[in-house]
Amino acid sequence: MSELKTLYKEGVWVNNPALVQLLGLCPLLAVTSTITNALGLGLATLLVLVGSNVSVSIVRNWVPKDIRIPVFVMIIAGFVTIVQLLMNAYTYGLYQSLGIFIPLIVTNCAIIGRAEAYASKNPVHLSAFDGLMMGLGFMIVLVVLGAMRELIGQGTLFDSADLLLGPWAQSLRIEVFNFDNQFLLAILPPGAFLGLGLLIAGKNVIDAQIKSKQVAPPEAEKGPRARVTSLT
Amino acid sequence: MIISSMAKNGAILTAFALVTTGLVASINALTADKIAEQEQLHLTSQLQEVLDPSTYDNELSKDCVIISDERLGPNGDQIIYRARKNNKPVALVVRHVTPNGYSGDISLLTAVLRDGSIAGVRTTKHEETPGLGDKVEVKKSLWITTFKNLTVQSEDDARWAVKKDGGQFDQFTGATITPRAVVGSVKKAVLFAQSEFDAIFAAPNAECLEVTNE
Repeated sequence: MSELKTLYKEGVWVNNPALVQLLGLCPLLAVTSTITNALGLGLATLLVLVGSNVSVSIVRNWVPKDIRIPVFVMIIAGFVTIVQLLMNAYTYGLYQSLGIFIPLIVTNCAIIGRAEAYASKNPVHLSAFDGLMMGLGFMIVLVVLGAMRELIGQGTLFDSADLLLGPWAQSLRIEVFNFDNQFLLAILPPGAFLGLGLLIAGKNVIDAQIKSKQVAPPEAEKGPRARVTSLT
Repeated sequence: MIISSMAKNGAILTAFALVTTGLVASINALTADKIAEQEQLHLTSQLQEVLDPSTYDNELSKDCVIISDERLGPNGDQIIYRARKNNKPVALVVRHVTPNGYSGDISLLTAVLRDGSIAGVRTTKHEETPGLGDKVEVKKSLWITTFKNLTVQSEDDARWAVKKDGGQFDQFTGATITPRAVVGSVKKAVLFAQSEFDAIFAAPNAECLEVTNE
């Protein structure tokens, strides 16, 4: 399997930052009350992840081992601040509704995790692709969780998408059900925990099924799997 | 040996700090105008919601005073915009805050006309429970528009309370604290605007834009 294909599978499924590595849960749980918020934070995280992976990979040969962490932190913080300024300038409404969670991307361990585990050891193009795929994996989980919570909580999809995409997106709003009262559990933080738990469980069920189908040639898997982060 | 590696690492860290700071500073410089413009737009649309722009002809967002008064909230300075037509006072648009919300402060914007009646009220910021207390947002419920055209007669005007307390305002199912806080705060702000109306219009203009970090 080519390196790119491996990276794609790792980021989106096998080693998904949110479902397997369980990193970056604070923003994940806090902003996924609507698809728009989830997509906005997902895109912001993706941008930061690609930017930081590329920069870390470019400088990887010049940074001594002892000071790599502060250097990575500086790079990440720089990118987050830039993304924050850009969002403030061009998607003001979304910037207001995401609030503190944009600067908090700095503390998303998935980003420094990728910088340390992958970008600091691999060439630029692969690191960029790794950042893209990890960001994509994270964003997909955010959006799916956002869709679940918005649908169950408010009965809509793409509510106030115009904050992110401009005025034309107002027509994207779909009212699936009409509640007199919103279903609070889905909108409040516990709903996010339950939703994420269900997503992880769902992923594990699918993985188990795939595995049971592969059992046919029994001697294929002998030694212990080397991946530590996906013990779940 | 140690000294030289410390010096080298220090130099590398400094170089990175300079580069990242430089990048952030240049992006900041590039976006500063756009951000100021967005904030100005946001402020103008907020003001338009509480006061019909055809009733005044001055640049409302730049004509203001900054006052610290216990009736406008406990957190110190609040901005009051002054609407004039042909240099005659038309209305005051008052920012005020109440700490009595269910979770955290509720920031409000109330426009009071010269005759003491309310032209409009909007919630600008709150942390109330989604689905219950957040009905004070105009996006969620039209409740906040019921203030329009009302006036406060006196400090002990009994109608200025939620229905549960014997007043004229609906409370929300499952949330009484939030509307009670809003009604109380609007009442105090209106009384303040009524009593200080002329004094505020006589006061010199302040730098309004500096403090509008909503």
